[in-house]
Amino acid sequence: MEEIKNKYSILGKRIPRVDAPLKVQGQAKYAADYEMAGMLWGKIKRAPYAHAIIKSIDTSKAEMLPGVKGIVTGKDFGGFKWGWQGYTRDETPLAVDRVKYMYEGVAAVAAIDKDIAEEACDLIDVEYEELPAVFDPFEAMKEGAPLLHPERKTNILVEYHWDFGNVDKAFDESYLVMEETFQTPKSAKGYLEPPSVLAWWEHDTLHYVGAKGSPYMIWRILGRAFDLPLSKVRVISPIIGCDFGGTKNDGHALDFSACLLAKKTGRPVKIVYSQWEELTTCLRRHSMAVRCKMGMTRDGYLTGLYTNCVADGGAYARMSVVSMYLANGFNTVPYKLENFRTDTWCVYTNNPIAAAMRGHGRYHTQYAMDGVMDMMAKKLGIDPLELRIKNSIPNPKPGETYYTVNQVRIGSCGVKECLEKSGELFGWDGYKKENKVDGPIARGAGVSASGFLSGARLTGHNSCSAVVRINEDGAVNVLTGATDVGMGSDTAMCMIAAEVLGLDMSDMEIKRVDTAYTYPDPGSYGSRVTIYAGEATMHAAEEAKQQILSAAAKEMDVAPDELDIKNRRIFMKSDETRFMPWLQAVRLACYQGNGNVIVGKGVSRRGVKPAVQAFEKGIGDTGTNYGFAAQINEVEVDLETGVARCTERSSMGDDCGFPLNPTIVETQGIGGSYHQGIACGLYEEFIMENGNTLNPNFVDYKRPRVYEAPFPKFHHAITQDPFGPYGVKECSEATTSTGAPAVISAIYDATGVMIKNMPATPEKIWRALKEKKAQENK
Amino acid sequence: MSNKLIDLKFKVNGKEVELKVNPKTLLLEVLREELKLTGTRQSCEVSACGACTVNIDGKAARACSILAVQLNGHEVVTIEGVADGKTLHPIQEKMVSHGAIECGWCTSGMVMSARALLLENLKPTRDDIKKALQGNLCADSGYVKYVEAIEMAAEVMQGNK
Ligand code: FES
Repeated sequence: MEEIKNKYSILGKRIPRVDAPLKVQGQAKYAADYEMAGMLWGKIKRAPYAHAIIKSIDTSKAEMLPGVKGIVTGKDFGGFKWGWQGYTRDETPLAVDRVKYMYEGVAAVAAIDKDIAEEACDLIDVEYEELPAVFDPFEAMKEGAPLLHPERKTNILVEYHWDFGNVDKAFDESYLVMEETFQTPKSAKGYLEPPSVLAWWEHDTLHYVGAKGSPYMIWRILGRAFDLPLSKVRVISPIIGCDFGGTKNDGHALDFSACLLAKKTGRPVKIVYSQWEELTTCLRRHSMAVRCKMGMTRDGYLTGLYTNCVADGGAYARMSVVSMYLANGFNTVPYKLENFRTDTWCVYTNNPIAAAMRGHGRYHTQYAMDGVMDMMAKKLGIDPLELRIKNSIPNPKPGETYYTVNQVRIGSCGVKECLEKSGELFGWDGYKKENKVDGPIARGAGVSASGFLSGARLTGHNSCSAVVRINEDGAVNVLTGATDVGMGSDTAMCMIAAEVLGLDMSDMEIKRVDTAYTYPDPGSYGSRVTIYAGEATMHAAEEAKQQILSAAAKEMDVAPDELDIKNRRIFMKSDETRFMPWLQAVRLACYQGNGNVIVGKGVSRRGVKPAVQAFEKGIGDTGTNYGFAAQINEVEVDLETGVARCTERSSMGDDCGFPLNPTIVETQGIGGSYHQGIACGLYEEFIMENGNTLNPNFVDYKRPRVYEAPFPKFHHAITQDPFGPYGVKECSEATTSTGAPAVISAIYDATGVMIKNMPATPEKIWRALKEKKAQENK
Repeated sequence: MSNKLIDLKFKVNGKEVELKVNPKTLLLEVLREELKLTGTRQSCEVSACGACTVNIDGKAARACSILAVQLNGHEVVTIEGVADGKTLHPIQEKMVSHGAIECGWCTSGMVMSARALLLENLKPTRDDIKKALQGNLCADSGYVKYVEAIEMAAEVMQGNK
């Protein structure tokens, strides 16, 4: 993994993360580590039905239990409903008159300890009348299916029908057309830190410390829920043990319940979900059926694409409107494609709610497209890597842009380089000649490439601000509204500020979001943080720097633009021997400026104009720019048992424009493609029965461990995107999307069977092999 | 169940600790709630994720699945007891410098599993390391840099680097 050579002194370097020393000593404080004097423990009472009317709730017995300090039910929220946008507000903090998925919360208790809170939940009597339920999205779409939200008259949560070019004509003129259906599994977000919150009321202000990747989402929602001006909602971010979208992005029963219980009891209330609660009731990735039809010329050039997607949205809308856009919005990358049509639905069912997850939407269609592409490559006798390379969108020349047929604007595209380098690092050409069957073990390799937006601008409030504050001793505080949930953005912000100011990382300090002091920021999703907060931090540091330079210039009797900062010196660019020490300049600027501190402010406004036709028509440039990735994985399949596992032989190429910190990019790329990609390709899947999750723990819900981890060789494709600060783009959602297809494609290479309903568990592979044999013997 | 409190005397991070505990209290609860050693994480509660790993008499163990009273007379080291004052242990040092850590949730457990391994075997193979980390789930790093960091730490501890 080579060092990146560049013109910067800090950016592009393998600098250790700012938060790592605290984390490695167990000193980083996560939400569950906070406690307060007089604190109570809260617990949610849950419904044992997937669909039922709540006829009555009797809390009297629970209230009598010594140690119980307060109980709330859904009604106590006064009819408040919330959702991602005004038109998707379909959810109450706790169910009021109807539960719509198994173990939905119906009441909450605060007590002096956890055991009493739990016992009190058992003492709450709820009378239900069970309703017919629907768990399959295709069933739920049918006329006469039980309705989740009767006021809507249909279970269709959202549908899109987009049409670009002339797909039918393209298929007619194609040498080969294939159509196959692929199904993605129901899977967990995969973070290990369970949702957790501590809430209290102080000076008329709601205080909230919770594990949220997008703290300003819950800030706005809590303001509405409790009818408070936003100045009286104070959300404070702890360190977060991953998010990936979903429950730890916006809200869940615990968030609202802790706040209301704290209000009712006058004491701080803490609620920590158990892993069982997380895995049965929290938001998960959509499962989606993707029927994919693709056309190609004799030489393997893509001619047309049609996708037909049906997703299970679960009981409430949440972000499904966005998810379904993202499922198809970038099917026109990373390959050149002039004809594309889709029909897409997301459907309410009585399953737990589906929501955003890394590789958001894209991962489903990517799987189907790669699967069909491999099957067509085989039919055409074209190498699957070569087929992808020849279809790749070329990297636009500097100053030029490439527009896809649905008006996605691409300023840089390194997908071809990612594919080529992955092939080289893997040793693709020689690999074909290797003998790959050894007794019952067959080896094979598969490839996938993808593109994903960075800096999502699907709504209008994507601006982001930062403050860089220089104290009188020269120490720097960086403040943004952005939240590092583990991806390393706090480090990136410090690196940017240090670079601009000509200082060291040891001079930088970044604090977590506190909505009383930091600027609002939409949150950590849509690969937007480094793009927007990074640009804002750059501008803020520049403004702070100007104040230092002005103060020094006055004293040195020169113009500010004659000066620069390096190695803690303000020096004359034309004569470096004339300089002023950093601290002297800081003191001058602080004491002579306003307020004994230097404050630089910066804004990124790239995200403020949403692509208005995106959802309805699929048209538009919904990202600020686009990251690309490719990956090749080898698997070993045991033909007798059906067990498939990744070997250490693996390679990946990532085009994040410019890797601000190559080490972080590699860990993001490897982790993203592995945990959320390969994991769904081979292991992770909720087993459901009538809305009930049968494997809600990490023993029965198989997750990949270190033995299963491939050790990829990594290539950085540096394309210097024109639209991102310092040329940067996203660096883990494209890789997340390539993980599963690469291993499924590798299994196809090893065995000739295409697994169309991942994860490719031993049983599925074994059955598919048996069926293949039966076919061949016919 | 009887709630009679039981005497517990054991060593935590080199210090003698004496407490009265409920017999059903888990070691994890004593560490986090009584002793305020919150670096040991609670996450899966069923010995499957390893976030609560501590060292008991030098061996890696899951604090979520051991009753506190079982520790009488034993010695526990938690993540807070690994560094030597301000000086990081080589395992910690390499995890930081090699960029293994992302969200950090699994890190305490990773360090404690690695520490137990290197106490027993200073020259582990890559496979030994994987075996030692097999009980530690990570959600976001892909494990690769954790394994490499432990390989580097072992080199340092052997005096090679
Ligand atoms: S919390 Fe103990 S192993 Fe997961």
